[in-house]
Amino acid sequence: MEVYKGTWMVKKGFAEMFKGGVIMDVTNAEQAKIAEEAGAVAVMALERVPADIRKAGGVARMASIKKIIEIMEAVSIPVMAKVRIGHMAEARILEELGVDFIDESEVLTPADDKFHINKHDYKVPFVCGARDLGEALRRIAEGAAMIRTKGEAGTGNIVEAVKHMRRVQDEIRKVVNMPEEELVKEAKDLGAPVELLREVKRLGRLPVVNFAAGGVATPADAALMMMLGADGVFVGSGIFKSKDPMKMAKAVVMAVTYWDNPKILLKVSEDIGEPMSGLDVNELEVRMQERGW
Amino acid sequence: MRLRIGVLGLQGDFREHVEMLNLIGVETLVVKLPEDLNLIDGLIIPGGESTTMGRIMENVGIKEPLVEKIKEGFPVYGTCAGMILLSKKVSDYNQPLLGVLDIEVERNAYGRQVESFEVDIKIESLGEKPFRAVFIRAPRIINLGENVKVLAEYKGDPVLVREGNILASSFHPELTKDTRIHEYFLRMVEK
Repeated sequence: MEVYKGTWMVKKGFAEMFKGGVIMDVTNAEQAKIAEEAGAVAVMALERVPADIRKAGGVARMASIKKIIEIMEAVSIPVMAKVRIGHMAEARILEELGVDFIDESEVLTPADDKFHINKHDYKVPFVCGARDLGEALRRIAEGAAMIRTKGEAGTGNIVEAVKHMRRVQDEIRKVVNMPEEELVKEAKDLGAPVELLREVKRLGRLPVVNFAAGGVATPADAALMMMLGADGVFVGSGIFKSKDPMKMAKAVVMAVTYWDNPKILLKVSEDIGEPMSGLDVNELEVRMQERGW
Repeated sequence: MRLRIGVLGLQGDFREHVEMLNLIGVETLVVKLPEDLNLIDGLIIPGGESTTMGRIMENVGIKEPLVEKIKEGFPVYGTCAGMILLSKKVSDYNQPLLGVLDIEVERNAYGRQVESFEVDIKIESLGEKPFRAVFIRAPRIINLGENVKVLAEYKGDPVLVREGNILASSFHPELTKDTRIHEYFLRMVEK
């Protein structure tokens, strides 16, 4: 009886289990427990939420191991953690620690300005950010078992997340309707493997789960991303930078399940308290979305 | 009358179950509201996060009517998180449950995600061909009542069980192309 661990099926399949769910950034055990109690499908263990990373400046690295362990011990749901783009050693350390998912994330300062991690080489699954279909398929080619559109993290402004999700969906629709003979050229233009483009054409969607991220601040924002075709939502600063995190977290969870039910959306939006304050993306000093190649 | 099987669509891999049911020619409905339960002849509770699904079930008022129906003989099948939700008891953790299947489970008992695995197991009632079972942060059944029938085991643990109208597996057949367990459940619904 042969047992297979860390297979593509197990990694991609795990990501499928997150669908219709909310993954919340947390920075300590107490926040992790609030997220779990509110109905998060997983938490992202961080030193600081993106809004504070933005404020702090400097080099943002993998969270301290102590912090991640504190969070892993606090909850029964899966725990994710971020590594810098291309930082194979941070990824090996987190794999050894046993985090359930690694986010090779543009929210941290990149370690490699040309290459991402070869994610096929790890037993732990990875999620990566993307702004368009080519970027998404390059990450999948490197072994990402899950994609999230980048948006612009830490802004509480949904405009970039909308732009990226629309672009990915639009490019998928184009490929679906494209005759076979045009696929190789399209692959060249997108900078993505033609085999993956064929799979997109056959499935009518990305071959892995595609979440929305980067700017979700309200239940309505979360529902909007679901309307645009997201499989689920990451909320970074939006929960714990709001006035009443528990209320906000519960409302966002309900909004992601009932995105197509205006009655329930209205009900959960009624009493959420003050959302995080937002930033104009045209006035940003750092555009995190531009990190990644 | 044509049968229709619902898939609980609050969260998780419900799309994969819908696709499996479509493969075997069954009409499906994604169930999100209590009133949807009146439109179906059986229900699959998918994999996903059991704490999330349990809490949404309570919020939206689908838990009580579903428990009532199951107690009256309504056929239901739970995979992984679905099995946890059907169970009477989760050891060491307090979360909303349907509590209709007489088993006690331990969550994430095979370890964290890096320990998730696939393996061929034997399911006698489904024939000689082995079944590729995918275990993802899977729960383990640590106690079961006398009316619970074990249909498959892995290393001595029950992994596919049935108690009357309730079927549960700790693995995910919906992630494979093997439709035999879904066909088995369809036969339960047909009766």
